[in-house]
Amino acid sequence: MSAVSAPRRAFRPGAESLEIGIMALLLVVSFAFFALMAPGFLSAVNVRSMAVQLPELGLLSLAMLVPIISGGLNLAVTFTANIAGLTTAWLVQNALGDAGVIGIVAGIGAGLAVGSAAGLLIGVIVARVGAHPILVSLGAMIFLQGLGEFLTRGGGISGMPAGFQWLGSGSLIGIPVPMLIFLLSAGGLAYFMQFTRTGFSIHMIGSNLRATEYSGINVRRVLIVLYTLSGLLAAIAGMVMLARFNSVRVGHGESYLLITVLACFLAGANPFGGFGRVLPLVLGLMSLQVIASGMNLMGASQHLATAVWGAFLIVVMTLRMPFLKRS
Amino acid sequence: MDDIALRAEGVSKVFGQSRVLDDVSFELRRGEVLCLAGENGCGKSTLIKILNGVYTPEAGATFSFGNATAVSRITPHDARALGIHVIWQDLALFPHLSVAENIVFDDYVASPWRPLSRRAARRAAREVIERLGVPLDPDTRVEDLSIARRQLVAICRVLRAGARIVFMDEPTASLTRNEVQTLLEITRSLSAQGISIVFVSHRLSEVLAVCQRVTVLRNGALVGTYSTEGMTQTRLSQLMTGHELALTPREPNGAVEPVLELRNLSRTGEFENVSLTLHRGEILGLTGLLGAGRTELAHVLFGMTRPTGGELLKNGKPLTLRSNRDAIRHGIAYVSEDRLNLGLVQNQSIIMNTAVTVLDELEKPRGFLSPRRLRELTTEWIQRLGTKVNDAELAVSSLSGGNQQRIVLAKWLATKPDVLILDCPTVGVDVGAKAGIFDIIRTLADQGMSIILISDEASEIWMNSDRVVVLKAGRISRELTPTTTTEASLEEIINA
Repeated sequence: MSAVSAPRRAFRPGAESLEIGIMALLLVVSFAFFALMAPGFLSAVNVRSMAVQLPELGLLSLAMLVPIISGGLNLAVTFTANIAGLTTAWLVQNALGDAGVIGIVAGIGAGLAVGSAAGLLIGVIVARVGAHPILVSLGAMIFLQGLGEFLTRGGGISGMPAGFQWLGSGSLIGIPVPMLIFLLSAGGLAYFMQFTRTGFSIHMIGSNLRATEYSGINVRRVLIVLYTLSGLLAAIAGMVMLARFNSVRVGHGESYLLITVLACFLAGANPFGGFGRVLPLVLGLMSLQVIASGMNLMGASQHLATAVWGAFLIVVMTLRMPFLKRS
Repeated sequence: MDDIALRAEGVSKVFGQSRVLDDVSFELRRGEVLCLAGENGCGKSTLIKILNGVYTPEAGATFSFGNATAVSRITPHDARALGIHVIWQDLALFPHLSVAENIVFDDYVASPWRPLSRRAARRAAREVIERLGVPLDPDTRVEDLSIARRQLVAICRVLRAGARIVFMDEPTASLTRNEVQTLLEITRSLSAQGISIVFVSHRLSEVLAVCQRVTVLRNGALVGTYSTEGMTQTRLSQLMTGHELALTPREPNGAVEPVLELRNLSRTGEFENVSLTLHRGEILGLTGLLGAGRTELAHVLFGMTRPTGGELLKNGKPLTLRSNRDAIRHGIAYVSEDRLNLGLVQNQSIIMNTAVTVLDELEKPRGFLSPRRLRELTTEWIQRLGTKVNDAELAVSSLSGGNQQRIVLAKWLATKPDVLILDCPTVGVDVGAKAGIFDIIRTLADQGMSIILISDEASEIWMNSDRVVVLKAGRISRELTPTTTTEASLEEIINA
């Protein structure tokens, strides 16, 4: 039984307007605050740098959102991203180096496949064994970490071809490519969660797996698909990170792990499963980025920004409670 | 016997715009068992909450207790001092604590700083257990007990806390017939010890068996207080609902075309050699005590578990079910007895709960789930089954038991089944709504659907079945037709 149950849910436009409203308000307020207070906040350089930084955390948060809605968690997202990045980097440098664009595409395909496979593994174990996803994904996380460190001897792989780096630093119709990748992924995920059988079933499973199974839903298949999808999204994050830093190492972005959980809960995802939306998550992530960049411009340390993020979660959660109770 | 334990007069309560209790009076004698009856939403719970100090009544109410002076409201502190206790349906026990710790829990509330002595707790608990004469081990953890035993723990707990007036909210809802008998005996023994008991139950036969008087509420107003002597179930449900309900058995429809055939179906440890035939348009009553194998049989027919022996035929062809998805594809639907945990996804919307069984079909033409189609489907079923819904996007848990059960029926009827298995479809559904549910079920059968109706309420089975099969310890013990049997003899057969 969940202590906090959001009584309203998707499959209606407007039901989630509360969450979108809260997140939009948060974004507008934080944006306005730093636009006034932080010198150079509205400059093209800063706006572009925010748009380049956001996608990594954003894609990892999408990878976390799906399992959270299903009542689980995927603690392996960051290391899945690393392993996927390592796979692509190694292949492009060693095996596909002479193949040009085709080599890059093949390398990315292999990286995404490896990330999906990591998710598939978690999904199969969760579905077949019935162990709690926290345990399974924790095991997978440590496994991937150890495996990656063993294979790379703790080092990293650097130096990707220019064509690949374009994914991290290029622009298309004036929008940085990483941002474009993030927005496309978010849009695709929103559609999947909202308008497909599997997306529908993920919400149902999150609230009550047994009752969903009794209704004739193949819950094992849904679990496997959703963790595979989570792995795929993490792998896309891995590609963006590899392209932006032009290097990959096990442990890269490790500190993002709990921030992705924070972002999901900030955006109103229910910690007990069943509820959570993509659009509020995107808006929430934008606010987090605005806060981090704005504080950076004002000369505050990165760590203080992190503290503010935590405080924000607590404040938003506190403000949200009366609304949930009333409805 | 005739002195008054509690008298309340002029009790009203307003929530926002609605007056949920209107000038109700209530009188409880010392050592009596009184029933508080009424449909869901009639104000029973509100009245109980006022009497045990949770809610404050509107001005103008008076409460008196035997010889003490009258007061205008009962505070939680008063309720405690007067020994007024409520055992809610969920029992509010601590599952991870032992029986003894649960029983003496209120001691800790009274003096929170006193060190906790397990030995003293066990001794005190044993004393109460012996006084009540129930088979409880003080050291068992409550989560390991059956619901019936947990209820005994809850009763011990209020006794230990010095209860003189005990409200029991739906105490028999999840008990088997034998357990109900035990509970009714305990209720009588408490009343013999001078404790007054207010019994809230939807099962009218129990009410009439155990209570001396019954106070009926309807729409927040008092209908009256009546002696149970000479009272019938028909009359009582009339008083509760305000209109007459038909109480006659169904005419057998003379169905001959077999739809589902069970041949020596067995599942080790659950049921053995069950052979029966379900015909088109027939309501087959399947009854027997809890644990007789009714639900286990239903689970096999719905593909949730595999049989270990025997054969299943659908329309004359052998049928093997590897999952409930197979069963659904073959037109078999199952309404679980456990609506809370298995029947519905309580936190999710009415729309999602209605549509969940037919997602494939809803996705078909365009390859995506259109919110408009989901809504249309839901609206259609809400209208067809007469479900009272304000907003289909609200969580299904916001509905009353009867309306929730209509949503369960809707989600299964949407799969267009030809065999519908109903496992205790009226659990937690009040009298008026029960009749509505059975109207729907009878209509479905008349339209040609074959229905297996599982229930341990003899009256339900007797009134609604064309044929009745009685299970006993996993085997078919009797087969009979209601038109040639009386309700009383059916009840006897079930309990034999």
